[in-house]
Amino acid sequence: MNINLTLLSQAVAFGIFIWFTKAFVWPPLLKAIEDRQKTIADGLAAAEKGKAAEADAKQRIEAELAASRTQNQGRLADAEKQAHALIEQAKKDAETEKARIVAQARAEAAQEVQRAKEQLRNAVADLAVKGAEQILKREVNAGAHADLLTQLKAQL
Amino acid sequence: MAAGTELTPTSYINHHLTHLPATIGDGGFMTLHVDTVVTSLLLGIIGFGLLRWIVAGATSGVPNKRQAFVEMMFDFIDEQVKGVFHGDRHKFVAPLALCVFVWVFLMNSMDFLPVDIMAKLYELMGLHNWRSVPTADVNTTFALALSVWGLMIYFNFAVKGFGGFMHEIFCTPFGSNPLLWIFNLLFNLVELISKPLSHALRLYGNIYAGEIIFLLLGMWAATGLAGTVFGAILGAGWAIFHILIVALQAFIFMMLTAVYMAMAHEGH
Repeated sequence: MNINLTLLSQAVAFGIFIWFTKAFVWPPLLKAIEDRQKTIADGLAAAEKGKAAEADAKQRIEAELAASRTQNQGRLADAEKQAHALIEQAKKDAETEKARIVAQARAEAAQEVQRAKEQLRNAVADLAVKGAEQILKREVNAGAHADLLTQLKAQL
Repeated sequence: MAAGTELTPTSYINHHLTHLPATIGDGGFMTLHVDTVVTSLLLGIIGFGLLRWIVAGATSGVPNKRQAFVEMMFDFIDEQVKGVFHGDRHKFVAPLALCVFVWVFLMNSMDFLPVDIMAKLYELMGLHNWRSVPTADVNTTFALALSVWGLMIYFNFAVKGFGGFMHEIFCTPFGSNPLLWIFNLLFNLVELISKPLSHALRLYGNIYAGEIIFLLLGMWAATGLAGTVFGAILGAGWAIFHILIVALQAFIFMMLTAVYMAMAHEGH
């Protein structure tokens, strides 16, 4: 155990190593670790925020869904009502159209009957004249007997 | 093992416990233990150089394994210092603790090297007396302890001021009555003197004793077959136990350093 100059030289070396550690080893390591801690803390905070935003969005979507559902129901009801109204309208239109067509057909039929009667009348008049001709064996003068024929036709 | 001399137990032990001296001037004090100085400096330069290299490439992103290892050590020491020191530890005390721990651990670790094989290697390099373990040299442990002590005195003055420090020396722990001043002073002087003594001698004693036991086991191993077998088994056992001692002593030295610094920063 002899104390000598070694002690001083070791003390100087110690001092240099302390300075080196304090200046070049500790601060960069501390900075790296603290930066990482901050990054992790930020990441956790961001995740928390994201979670909150997700919950918020979910709620909003839920509300929007509910709103659109009621809106849809309203629209469906409206459409049904409209369809009913349209059908009613169409029925009514068809009813009137039918009435109109039937009336027209009746009128046409009546006209037809009128025309057929007219023809029949003419034909009967001709037939009567021919019959009379046959019976009298001579020509009836249509011009001379026009008045008679018209009288006859009117009686048919 | 100097060539030509007869190998006796005494010469064996003496050989292993003799430093390589370099005489600088007259008198016993003006010598330098070249082995202690060179080994400790090499270990310091390699150790702190390695740390600096890893730290220079440190990223705040995902660390590689090198960096993770250094960060584990950093965190361990930082936690310990945080436990005893309640100030801005990053300014000085924590780096000091890291420096002490790394250096003392590396110097203690030289004890793992087998003494006789290393002695042969050193002899091949032409070094006849070369002790590998710097902390088994009382000069190293006192250099560290007294440096820490000096820092402690400095912080006592710097933090508490001259008056504050004097008040602490004269008025604690018994009280501020003038009749008690002398007792307070004596008590504090004993404390001030015992601090570096216990700090230095605890480390020195543990490492030196560990070395001696390796040497004794080595001597036993030279006495015959039974001695070789038991010497080897006990040597292995002691070496395994020594892993604990090396780390534990480095840790204790670091903790005491932190505690002394904390005491210098805070009043009683």
